[in-house]
Amino acid sequence: MATPVLDKVEAESAASPYITVTMRIRRFNPEVSDASVWEDFQIEIDPKERVLDALHKIKWDVDGTLTFRRSCAHGICGSDAMRINGKNRLACKTLIKDINPEKPITVEAIKGLTVLKDLVVDMEPFFQAYRDVMPFLVTKGNEPTRERLQSAEDRERFDDTTKCILCAACTSSCPVFWNDGQYFGPAAIVNAHRFIFDSRDEAGEQRLEILNDKDGVWRCRTTFNCTDACPRGIEVTKAIQEVKRALITRRF
Amino acid sequence: MSADTTSTAIGPVEGGAHYDVDNPAPYIEAPRKRTGKTPRATRGNFEMAAWLFMRLSGVVLVVLVLGHLLIQLFLDGGVSKIGFAFVAGRWASPFWQVWDLLMLWLAMLHGANGLRTVINDYAERANTRLWLKGLLYTATVFTILLGTLVIFTFDPNIR
Repeated sequence: MATPVLDKVEAESAASPYITVTMRIRRFNPEVSDASVWEDFQIEIDPKERVLDALHKIKWDVDGTLTFRRSCAHGICGSDAMRINGKNRLACKTLIKDINPEKPITVEAIKGLTVLKDLVVDMEPFFQAYRDVMPFLVTKGNEPTRERLQSAEDRERFDDTTKCILCAACTSSCPVFWNDGQYFGPAAIVNAHRFIFDSRDEAGEQRLEILNDKDGVWRCRTTFNCTDACPRGIEVTKAIQEVKRALITRRF
Repeated sequence: MSADTTSTAIGPVEGGAHYDVDNPAPYIEAPRKRTGKTPRATRGNFEMAAWLFMRLSGVVLVVLVLGHLLIQLFLDGGVSKIGFAFVAGRWASPFWQVWDLLMLWLAMLHGANGLRTVINDYAERANTRLWLKGLLYTATVFTILLGTLVIFTFDPNIR
């Protein structure tokens, strides 16, 4: 009874989920060259897997020098934001089948930040902007002996902006940020929004003053790149507009 | 590098810039880094006023400019009626003087502020920025002053 077994094996291999995908990755190694190069890798992969799995396959089996950031690999830590097929996405939330695997899939570092190696960028300017908006609770008076209570409606007011994972997909998709990197960027404004509209916080005025600066919310051109790029579905542009409205209505 | 990798593996660059100890790569200052040259935070409302002005003047300009175009180009025989006499007749009325003055000021300031943001966004070097803005402000002030002067000192009996 050898023949049926052979048939079964053949049928299985014919139904293999694996397809050949070309990953076109923008490589940069400052120790070798000051220019970046596109490099093609052909790998066998199940289209239901993610771009991150493809990168892992390359790093583990093909070329160990490929450098990229990732921590949790499940869309929570925000380490692996990259420009996939020209759009900022998280590599761990993008399935191969969703981005047309027939054509080469381009992967490059997010724009507007200095590339350190391959897909790794210097996030310092991004986090400096984040620190500048004071992303922590500021209150006056005595500390309560129990938790600071808040009504469900008050919590709902800033619910959207609490979802930010600081992946920099929005900030590095913003054409105003690409220009000189001095603009606070959508991510910093989103995190300021999270505290400005928090009923328990008392430094909203200070944060509004910071964002009223030359490089603050008024440089936003409402191009909606940030809203499109956000892997958490935060309505980033809306949050920026709400900060603008708060700045105007507070004075008039 | 295994066999299923195609082409262009990164190797030493021939003839290209090759940085080493004696020839270091240029140091690029990180944006937003606090240095001696970092300007102090501006605690003013100019950017907000400019943003608000763009919205408000835009709304007013829609009425002013569309009305202007309608009168100049379509009503009463259209563009062929425009001549010295037509302009003199219109500017005899304070209403049209105010209309044209308002349109001049709002359109010039609106356009200048728009170009200012474009320069801020696109001019990369501080010097380019300075010169372009200088040119822009000079042209704006010249046009506004000249137009205002003409509207107020217009003499229909000029020969």
